[in-house]
Amino acid sequence: MLYREAGQFSVRYADDRRFFRLRQGRLGLAALLTFAFLGVPLLGNDYWFSAILIPFLVLSLAGLGLNLLTGYAGQLSLGSAAFMAVGAFATYNFELRLPGLPLLASIVLGGLSAALVAVLFGLPSLRIKGFYLIVSTLAAQFFVQWALTRFGWFSNYNSSGVITAPPLQVAGLDFSSPAGRYLLTLGVVSALFWLGANLARSELGRNWMAVRDMDTAAAVIGIPLLKTKLLAFAISGFFLGVAGALWAFTYLGTVEPHGFDLSRSFQILFIIIIGGLGSILGNFLGAAFIVLFPLLLSNLATLLPAGFIDAGQLENLQKMVFGVLIILFLIKEPEGLARLWQRFRERARLWPLRY
Amino acid sequence: MFKRTFAGVALALAATAFIPVQAANEQYFPLQSYRVGPYAAGGTGFFGGFIDYLKYVNANGGVNGVKLTWSECETEYVVEKGVECYERLKKGLNGAPAAATNPLSVGIAYATLDRSTADKLPLITINHGRTDSTDGSVFPYVFPLQLNPYSEVSAIVNWIGEQSGGAAQLKGKKIVTLYHGSPYGKETNEVLQVLADKYGFELTLIEVPHPGNEQQSQWLNIRRLKPDWVILRGWGVMNPVALKTAQKVGFPANRIIGNIWSNSEEDAAPAGAAAKGFISITTHPSGTGFPVLQGIKAQVVDKGEGDLADPKRFGTVYYNLGVVNGILNVEALRIAQEKFGQQPLTGEQVRWGFENLRLDDARLEALGAKGLVQPLQLSCADHEGGGAVRFQHWDGEKWNLISDWVQADRALLRPIIEASARKYAEEKGITPRDCSKEG
Repeated sequence: MLYREAGQFSVRYADDRRFFRLRQGRLGLAALLTFAFLGVPLLGNDYWFSAILIPFLVLSLAGLGLNLLTGYAGQLSLGSAAFMAVGAFATYNFELRLPGLPLLASIVLGGLSAALVAVLFGLPSLRIKGFYLIVSTLAAQFFVQWALTRFGWFSNYNSSGVITAPPLQVAGLDFSSPAGRYLLTLGVVSALFWLGANLARSELGRNWMAVRDMDTAAAVIGIPLLKTKLLAFAISGFFLGVAGALWAFTYLGTVEPHGFDLSRSFQILFIIIIGGLGSILGNFLGAAFIVLFPLLLSNLATLLPAGFIDAGQLENLQKMVFGVLIILFLIKEPEGLARLWQRFRERARLWPLRY
Repeated sequence: MFKRTFAGVALALAATAFIPVQAANEQYFPLQSYRVGPYAAGGTGFFGGFIDYLKYVNANGGVNGVKLTWSECETEYVVEKGVECYERLKKGLNGAPAAATNPLSVGIAYATLDRSTADKLPLITINHGRTDSTDGSVFPYVFPLQLNPYSEVSAIVNWIGEQSGGAAQLKGKKIVTLYHGSPYGKETNEVLQVLADKYGFELTLIEVPHPGNEQQSQWLNIRRLKPDWVILRGWGVMNPVALKTAQKVGFPANRIIGNIWSNSEEDAAPAGAAAKGFISITTHPSGTGFPVLQGIKAQVVDKGEGDLADPKRFGTVYYNLGVVNGILNVEALRIAQEKFGQQPLTGEQVRWGFENLRLDDARLEALGAKGLVQPLQLSCADHEGGGAVRFQHWDGEKWNLISDWVQADRALLRPIIEASARKYAEEKGITPRDCSKEG
């Protein structure tokens, strides 16, 4: 009833190709964006901005970066956190060494540096596939961390090797408050999601999917494997690099190389597996699941009377509950939360009158 | 009639909902604790001691009648979780304002440094943290109490000098520093080089990659160098492995000096016999003999209200560090109350208390903590205050103190700290406070 498509006719080919073909979808997106940009800053508080929304947005973006590479182009990677680290440290250095460079330009340059590094570590993908490729991207993970700790130049010779964020100013406006950092993150993430969604539907995106499904066949029909795979690594690296810069600057305000260790790469991989490989929406759903559920559990746990369960055991219990939830979700929907949403939408179209 | 009553009730309900809950006479401590994960041994000990001390203060009427209250949030020593906990707890609890945060993690401290300043909530990094935050004119809300990393190595070098018969004897000595490959481990490399240049000893820095469960090549290297002393700057599993490997290559344990995070029972005991003779520094000796610990035992632990799951850990190094931390926090609160009144205080007011914290021998005696806590005097410019350590010796079962307080050469370190703080202020666009105008 709510999701009725009767009366909505495509009169041009362009109408059929729209991202949201139904009016409900477009209105929904507009309402969501309005709420996110106008409503949330008015309603939210520091806790929501700094502890929930910003990490959620940044991890969604990181998920998108990996999803373009793994979900669309079929190249497995465990180097996501390394590319994030490159983005964060490069942005910091551009900001530090080129005074007067606008923050957004530094972030873009940081993303480009990450793209370069990603291409470098993507080169083996031309010869090896699957689990073997994971091993070579794992090398990126260790190499980048080693290089960032080994060479003091990257962290401006700070004795402990930890970098701190410069003041966040864009076009003369100060974005240092929690709401400001949220808006900055939301702006960058929205723009990149728009870009990512369009990329996935472009010719390049279709080439990626062809390579993913069978690269020999793709080569036979004339898709250049070298260019397609390396572009996948470059673009994925760019998205991850920007996500890393946001993680360092708008979320934590500080970063050390260990903040981007292997477990962060796994976290991003889990986001896209739980959210849905080869889906744009899935990145949000996966990030929400990974970020929000543990927080929800831990907040619920504080409602228990103090001393009811030992504090350490309570924490372990939460981990168990979270693990069980992941298993349940994957059994219910092996293709990820995005697929669950898709099924729900299909049913909503028919509701309440089925054939 | 019914309608009017209903409206009245509704109004009354609405009114009570909107009147803020009358703040009880309570001061709140947000605890970003860690009881699970790889560093749980440190977390449970430290926060156990901290909580038990707060309970002990409450059992004796609180701080001038103001009761202390706290709640915990698990960080697992992970930075993001620490930030989340900080944001969750900073507002206080049931109207009781937060006094200060004590994350006991370098990473979390770094990440909440700007937030603490913006929220005007003191950030206490006892015995660790950013060295240059000692300069309170640039870091008004950060307090590396007692001992910052630079003072730590300086005190060790001074003690080695004493052992060799005067600082002049340091010339030509060989000292190796074996450090954990992390921001924490590297923090002192620069200043060690400065000290080596000043005293003329030969310094070799050897890194152990995180987590440090394989050190064969490093120790073979040390055996080849035949140093007079090895400074062990370890963390967690790295410490017992270092001691065991030293024994394997035949380096004597009584020439190894553990730093402030290589000094607990959990560091020495797992190495078994290899640890016998191992020396380490401490700002918080273990032991249960101090009157304040006896008080906690009588009024908290013996009543079954102690926080430790394993009562045998009462009086161990980490536990006593928690007690020391509790004493310093509560004393700052007490001093701030003298100025701002005997009531729950805001973070900004508590900061004043920390900046004017002064513990002399008489006060420490009254607290029953003489010998457990070093005499301290903080100021606007100096957020560290003490800079002294005691040396202890592991006899195979427990730590025994072998020295009185050994002071760091703080005058030498101060210019380095100030230069580093200035660099930070420039990067962040901070104008340092003028400390001569602070009351």
